[in-house]
Amino acid sequence: MQKSKLQLSTLFRKQIFIPLAALLLLALFNLIADPSFFKITLGQNAAGDPVLSGYLITILDYGSELAILAVGMTLVTAASGGQDISVGAGIAITGSVILRMLCGSNSRPETLQMPIICAFLIAVVAGMLAGAFNGVLVSWFKIQPMVATLILFTAGRSIAAWINNNELPIISEPSFGYFGNFIPGIPIPTPFFIAVAVMIVTALLLKFTNLGLYVQAVGINAQSSRLNGLNPTFIKFLTFVLLGICVAVAGLIKVSRLSTINYSVVAKDIEMDAILAVALGGNSLGGGKFNMWASIIGAYVIQFLTTTLYKFKVDSSALPAYKAVVVILLVVFSAPTVREFISAKYKLLTSKNEKEVA
Amino acid sequence: MKKKILSAVLSVAMIAALLSGCGSKADTAASAPAAAEPAAAADTSADAAADTAEEPAAEPAAASGELIKVGIINNDPNESGYRTANDADLQKTFTKENGYEASFAYSLKNDEQIAAAQKFVQDGVDYLLLSAADTAGWDSVLKDAQAAGIRVILFDRTIDADPSLYEASIVSDMDKEGETAVNWLASQNLDEYNVIHIQGVMGSAAQKGRSGALDAKVAAEANWNIVTQQTAEWNADNAQQIVQSVIDAGTPFNVIYAENDDMAKGAVAALDKANISHGVGKDVIVMGFDCNKWALEELLNQNWNYDGQCNPFQSSYIDDIIKKLESGQTIDNKTIIMDEKGFDATTITQEDVDNYGI
Amino acid sequence: MKKILELKNIHKSFPGVLALQGVDFTLNEGEIHALMGENGAGKSTLIKVLTGVYTKDEGEIILDGKSVSIKSPQDAQRDGISTVYQEITLCPNLSVAENMYIGRNENILQNWKQMNEGADKILKSLDIPAKATQQLANCSIAVQQMVAIARAVDMDCKVLILDEPTSSLDELEVEKLFKLMRELKARGVGIIFVTHFLDQVYEVCDKITVLRDGKLVGEFEIADLPRVQLVSKMLGKELDDLSDIKGDTEGSNIDKDDEPLFETYELSSDQGIKPFDFYIRKGEVNGFTGLLGSGRSECVRAIFGADKVISGSVRKNGKEIRINKPLDAMKNGIAYLPEDRKIDGIIGDLSVRDNIILALQVMKGFFKPFTKAEANKFADEYIKLLSIKTASADTPIKSLSGGNQQKCIIARWLLTHPEYLILDEPTRGIDVGTKVDIQKLILKLASEGMSITFISSETDEMLRTCSRLVVLRDRKVVGELTGNELNQNQIMNTIAGGEENAEK
Repeated sequence: MQKSKLQLSTLFRKQIFIPLAALLLLALFNLIADPSFFKITLGQNAAGDPVLSGYLITILDYGSELAILAVGMTLVTAASGGQDISVGAGIAITGSVILRMLCGSNSRPETLQMPIICAFLIAVVAGMLAGAFNGVLVSWFKIQPMVATLILFTAGRSIAAWINNNELPIISEPSFGYFGNFIPGIPIPTPFFIAVAVMIVTALLLKFTNLGLYVQAVGINAQSSRLNGLNPTFIKFLTFVLLGICVAVAGLIKVSRLSTINYSVVAKDIEMDAILAVALGGNSLGGGKFNMWASIIGAYVIQFLTTTLYKFKVDSSALPAYKAVVVILLVVFSAPTVREFISAKYKLLTSKNEKEVA
Repeated sequence: MKKKILSAVLSVAMIAALLSGCGSKADTAASAPAAAEPAAAADTSADAAADTAEEPAAEPAAASGELIKVGIINNDPNESGYRTANDADLQKTFTKENGYEASFAYSLKNDEQIAAAQKFVQDGVDYLLLSAADTAGWDSVLKDAQAAGIRVILFDRTIDADPSLYEASIVSDMDKEGETAVNWLASQNLDEYNVIHIQGVMGSAAQKGRSGALDAKVAAEANWNIVTQQTAEWNADNAQQIVQSVIDAGTPFNVIYAENDDMAKGAVAALDKANISHGVGKDVIVMGFDCNKWALEELLNQNWNYDGQCNPFQSSYIDDIIKKLESGQTIDNKTIIMDEKGFDATTITQEDVDNYGI
Repeated sequence: MKKILELKNIHKSFPGVLALQGVDFTLNEGEIHALMGENGAGKSTLIKVLTGVYTKDEGEIILDGKSVSIKSPQDAQRDGISTVYQEITLCPNLSVAENMYIGRNENILQNWKQMNEGADKILKSLDIPAKATQQLANCSIAVQQMVAIARAVDMDCKVLILDEPTSSLDELEVEKLFKLMRELKARGVGIIFVTHFLDQVYEVCDKITVLRDGKLVGEFEIADLPRVQLVSKMLGKELDDLSDIKGDTEGSNIDKDDEPLFETYELSSDQGIKPFDFYIRKGEVNGFTGLLGSGRSECVRAIFGADKVISGSVRKNGKEIRINKPLDAMKNGIAYLPEDRKIDGIIGDLSVRDNIILALQVMKGFFKPFTKAEANKFADEYIKLLSIKTASADTPIKSLSGGNQQKCIIARWLLTHPEYLILDEPTRGIDVGTKVDIQKLILKLASEGMSITFISSETDEMLRTCSRLVVLRDRKVVGELTGNELNQNQIMNTIAGGEENAEK
């Protein structure tokens, strides 16, 4: 009993340690293989604005949309003990909504039909609706999250295509491209700022509301939470809606990158990466306690891995195989026997101090 | 500890679920219409009979009082603009007014397509029109079709099967598309060709044909080099990351050979970010395929250099063949190759954009 | 008598804790030997060392005169040491026979017929009311436990360890289990019996070994150790005389003419209880009693809104209030400590602090979280007040002992300053010291004006604390006892029913 007490008291440090160690490992690998990986140069983009470029910037850029999704996915995982596999399809839907709102029925609009912020807010509503649909299935109808979200996973991209009558509108307005690329004059990719904004909102939510406590309580023991006056059904539902908002934000970034999207391939398999980010953050995929910041770091670690693999010209269709290796390592790491081995080593290191304390 | 094991198992299960999820996605897409169609067909045949009675001055097939039943197996129209145009073209031609009763099944997966074909054979269609996802595995179902007296016409893609199993095959010659493109590139007379080669889904006919010509040229010429050759799986996002990675590495290049327009677009987005000029008379030559309208517009604006056509309008060819067969004629040449062009940004006109853009 | 098991000078430490310090233990053939001690005294650790879950740091295990090394539960099983845990560790979806033979078959092929016959034979010889082909989940908990024992017996075990086997059984079932234990004893099996129920120890055991703080206190013949002494040995101090507690009840400050604080009228829930009327006055301690499954918990759950209420009403100070969900009850000043601590009480992975503040936090609202300082203040206050033994407020509650977990849940509800506190089996599965603490606390709170409903399977406890008992049978209120009627016989008679009364 005492043993687990000690192990768990260091859990926080340990948990954030997992993604940080992975990050360090990858960085070290790149440092040895090719230090130019870390080179960042200040240049100009086609519009003549200053931009930073380099692998690290690429990681910040693409990791950010993943980090945003990881925030929502962490909450869903913690509360429901399952994962939402429809986020890729959700991005297609929300992206399609943005295009539809901005373009109307004209696929090559000269002017935008409404301010971008309005289109985005409508997309947020669409994302929340999609999340609510998943949430209702999971919390009220008690369908396993992965099964429930399979519905939108299957149908989402067709819905996205339907929203725009199967057309692929392209937005020519340059300011629309700011969200996925650069704002003129600011050399750091915008998605990073959006991710930071999402992180700040998340931090505020966790600090100034009981979201964290409620979600964890429900995830650990829903029955007991109910007897403490919580409404587990609603809290699970809420996490799916929050994920829906994250999906809409990621959708905006995705559409903005190319000013259009291809419904059938946009953000393909991104749910895998988002779930992997949560797992890489050391969060139990079975729900319960979570560490949001570990998940976010996990997201950037995954992009770090992806970018590293691109750099070494690994066939991009082989990427999932490498990610599978990461999953295997994670599984091994969290296996009881390995943990015990590590904690035994740890015990050797610390037992001296603790005896004195005891 | 238990939870950890559980989460490990879950994550493995998750991957399995994802894989099977992918399967079921296209499955429903394929089987839903297949299941719905026959019922609808039963309904409409009565209507159709009534229709023909009222409108005797209809098409030849309608005049004979019978609609020709065709089962059309195609790839998912959301896959690309090419496919959307292709599907729209087929939908437009095979209508009741033109004397056809058409059922459609869509899937990007070969096995699901085969299942759909079996369904059509059981339903007793007159013609089976097929655009196969993969070249292999079609023998047995086509033999069944032959035994049932169903005539098979291949469009867009060929398969590895005995030619006696089908009546005709209307295809784009992908090898020729590749050759046309590579010949055009050779005619630019650059001192050195440093090519970023972004491939489609590996193993697809378009990828093989378009890659083959370039690979042969690179092998033959000393001043042709491949900077990187990776698959982006027709996906703009992946293409952008691949090009981004090359830019980050600082490797020089002057040609982007993208096997479809979407990927070329993604590549160009990466160029724009790094302020690398592209298009007519600029640093990097951009080549795409499929002749999407928006891509041809890029050519017209001289942002891209070349776009190879992949003619999606096969339905008139098919219609011709069916009419010939119905009237008892034979098809002399089984393989019908469609006319396809390659557009050069320096010579393209608005007329071309309107006529050939899809 | 022949010694079959001897543990000598066992040491085991975990980081920061010396769990066992030189413990000796001897078990004879055909002996039922109670292993007693408060939670955290080292009983579980000793058993886990013996069964190979933990490896000992020091010491010797001698089995049948030979020194053995036990490195895994498989080793223990091979050497003839079997364990039946409090929580059933069998597979509920398999048949009884499958459960008895699972994991033991050396052959790849399984002879189902032979297996079922073998199982039936053992079940019959031990007089266990189960069929080999029956699905385990369909058996009662007691029978499941017996099947687990049968499995152990069939593996030719020489030493059988029963770790809290009776905590979820009712009296009849306990009787059956004891019969089985005696049967095994007659066959020469040595049994180590771990329990919190003193009565049971005295009913069935031959010897008692007492541990305290990881050290051996001593081994005693049952006849040489009266109860009070046993308890004081476990606690390491002279126990406050129980009659002291009783004294408090007499001096209770209930005004019999007071209007009831809470009243129910024809209340019933979807859990199959008959509509019941009930009331409680300010400062009163009353209880629901009846056999396990008689509907005691369901009654209080209905009051708290934990189950779906299908009829009836609840009044507070004479005014009708609506309770549809627990939060409604909480806002009306009702607190409910649920029966099953693990499933309904603790949030295992959360810290002691979060567990303590949870209910008050929920009442305060989603957008008004306590600051860290506030939360710590609350937690520290109640950790001290209830002397909860925990490394820190940050420790996950699941790593605390059962008694301390229960104290945390009590702290959770006390923090909400309820007018009416419902305690459903707060003393189950926790050590004697804490049990007494809880009973004292109940009386203290009542004297400060809190109304309390106390439910316990141990009638003694209720008699000591309650001034009024509501008796249930078959999910129906069948009587109410106060004053002089409050004694064991009267309760038994009421539970047993009118016919029996008439006979007497």
